[in-house]
Amino acid sequence: MCGIVGIYLKTKKFEKNLGKMLSGMINNMESRGPDSAGFAIYKDEAKKVYKFSLCINDLNFNKFKKEISKKLKKAKLTQISDHVILKTLEQPKKVIEIINSNFPKVSIVGYGRSIEIFKQVGNPKDVAKKFKLDSFSGTHGIGHTRMATESAITTDGSHPYSTGEDECLVHNGSLSNHNNLRRELTKKGNVFNSENDTEVAAGYVSNSLSNNKSLKDTLTSGLKDLDGFYTFIAGTRKGFAVVRDEIACKPAVIAETKNYVAIASEFQAMAHLPDVNSAKIFEPEPGIVYSWGN
Amino acid sequence: MKLDLKKKKLREINNTLQNLDNKKNDRDFVIINPEGSHALCAGLDQEMKVLIKGHVGYYCAGMNQKAHITIDGNVGTGVAENMMSGTVHVKGNASQSAGATAHGGLLVIDGDASSRCGISMKGVDIVVKGSVGHMSAFMAQSGTMLVCGDAGEALGDSLYETDIFVKGSVKSLGADCIEKKIEKKHLNKISALLKKSEIKNIKPDSFKRYGSARKLYNFNIDNVSSY
Repeated sequence: MCGIVGIYLKTKKFEKNLGKMLSGMINNMESRGPDSAGFAIYKDEAKKVYKFSLCINDLNFNKFKKEISKKLKKAKLTQISDHVILKTLEQPKKVIEIINSNFPKVSIVGYGRSIEIFKQVGNPKDVAKKFKLDSFSGTHGIGHTRMATESAITTDGSHPYSTGEDECLVHNGSLSNHNNLRRELTKKGNVFNSENDTEVAAGYVSNSLSNNKSLKDTLTSGLKDLDGFYTFIAGTRKGFAVVRDEIACKPAVIAETKNYVAIASEFQAMAHLPDVNSAKIFEPEPGIVYSWGN
Repeated sequence: MKLDLKKKKLREINNTLQNLDNKKNDRDFVIINPEGSHALCAGLDQEMKVLIKGHVGYYCAGMNQKAHITIDGNVGTGVAENMMSGTVHVKGNASQSAGATAHGGLLVIDGDASSRCGISMKGVDIVVKGSVGHMSAFMAQSGTMLVCGDAGEALGDSLYETDIFVKGSVKSLGADCIEKKIEKKHLNKISALLKKSEIKNIKPDSFKRYGSARKLYNFNIDNVSSY
């Protein structure tokens, strides 16, 4: 089943409330996915600063902070539950290498100049509370509540998946050609950390974006290359898109006002949003990519 | 009587409506704050009027008998599924499988209905003032579907004896569905439905009629690819 939600702010009016709006959406989608939850929030940082969202699992935060500060000078670390946001001026390639070779217990959930990602197993309400989602501000956000089907209930199996700078993807559905596609993408240099089908779709998007294709074109060509049932919401630093496969068994509803665009698996998820009753509400048509921003 | 979903639980409200005292004549209800709830007004089986103010979730007014239910908003999957009689009027858009397997009554959708509208319908009349999505009237058995807008791909795939009338364009017809000639009795049927759904300014002869070619009724090896 799974629940997916997303919100893209067209104006600055609700930037401070973004976290609160998104957490309400995630909480309301608990019935579609009680196993794990996660969210990505986009908030631009000062120029040249990179943010890394890390899951440190059972590692001691102070110990980790001390050790990584030796290797990454001037890194700023903030702990939120078992996740850490690391801010640095160093280039991503170097940071990833340092983390992977020195801290095998730490997983990089995502990185970029805008994105922060948090995901964990457990009831969506608890996950949103644990990561203090209510307190976040930002420009757009995506969330997911998971009912695990084709791979185990783990942090790695939770959504959103981020396989490139400032990219993320959530998915309701299942893919049937993910093993073949994973092999093809691995040959092209993509790295996968789980057996999950959605991670392959995220890798597909990253691969296409790195070849300078737009998010809209990427998802349009994905309609041919990704076989299975899906509604995807994909986010980039400046943009946001939703697409359903051509059979469209997996639900989605969009509510658009002059201030925001909200997407969710069910209307229930957005019933609490401001002005939603006067919003333009419609169902995205099968096989058509809807996108906002760049 | 006003029923507020912020004050009462969904199950309580459904229970009230499903168990009306036969001796009482208070049969006008307004439901507020539905906030996308599922299965609202499912299983009503008595004469009554219900107005739902706001958007609802899945299977709203499912299995309806005799009740007249109006939704002043959008509905999720399967509105009026398996309806037996009565009317369901959606003032907004409907999600997929609207009126699925419904045996009787009238379903009116003022906006658009998405995919699989009227799937396996068994006698209901469905009027959509907007357009319907792909695979609408799939395996439809009897009843009438009237679409004032356009129809998506594979309209009426594998249908039996449902009459489909579409005013706009049809993206494609499903297996065994063909355009048929409109006769007087069909025009009368359209007129009656337009009147019942309070649609003015549309002429009955502006619709095209689609129905079954009846080639898939019995197994025929020549049609094997269509089964």
